Amino acid sequence: MTSPDSTPLRTAPAPAPQRPAWRAQAPVVGVVALGGGLGATARYAASLWWPAAPAGFPWTTFWVNVAGCAVIGVFLVAVTEVRPAHPLVRPFFGTGVLGGFTTFSTYAVEAQRLIEAGRLTTAFAYLAATLLAALTAVWLAAGAARRLLKVRQR
Amino acid sequence: MNWLLVVAGGMIGAPLRYLTDRAVQARHDSVFPWGTFTVNVTGCLVLGLLTGAAVASPLRLLLGTGLCGALTTYSTFSYETFRLAETGARTQAAVNAAASVVAGLGAAFAGVALARAVWG
Repeated sequence: MTSPDSTPLRTAPAPAPQRPAWRAQAPVVGVVALGGGLGATARYAASLWWPAAPAGFPWTTFWVNVAGCAVIGVFLVAVTEVRPAHPLVRPFFGTGVLGGFTTFSTYAVEAQRLIEAGRLTTAFAYLAATLLAALTAVWLAAGAARRLLKVRQR
Repeated sequence: MNWLLVVAGGMIGAPLRYLTDRAVQARHDSVFPWGTFTVNVTGCLVLGLLTGAAVASPLRLLLGTGLCGALTTYSTFSYETFRLAETGARTQAAVNAAASVVAGLGAAFAGVALARAVWG
């Protein structure tokens, strides 16, 4: 980018050129949007390929969420602890793709539907199993990534 | 066409989550991940409203699968909970996990009930 005029009209020293906050944020918001579109599409594809039984355990959302949690465990260890990545990598892949892929709203509404249909055991098993599996996936994936990636780095 | 609706919704939902998270996190000093909590509970309420109003498929794909799906996140929620536990804030981690699930489910129920009361 070149400055539109190189001859300042005023003699007072101009403040250091500072990009407005929204301009610094624009590329980040852009890659988050791009990643979000990709992640949501991948989740939609999973729901079409493996449609869950209407009143059964919502396996598709379960696996989407657990898989997304395992991947974020590896990814965030890799970019925050192993090797710093380009500043747009984390917003694109972590916030965008994985954030768009995994979902909390579908999880809650699926549980709501099961409860309303009187399938209380399935509903609470789904709520608890997703939470436990997701946290375990992050924990195991982050631990494995720390061991493997840091060993390879040496 | 269906795919485009999901892509469009996702492209709105994810940056909305990012910007909300930043705005919320800038307004408190605690380690509690209020930003993710806010978007998750809000998304559950909106998806509950859409479900209760029984919106037609195109709108459901755009706003439900796309927007609400991308506005809310399980991966960031899990990672933040894991980091709280790992850094010694175990109580906060447990509170975040339990409160997110209870508030999310409550918001889904509230959304469905509200939509039925208004449009039902």
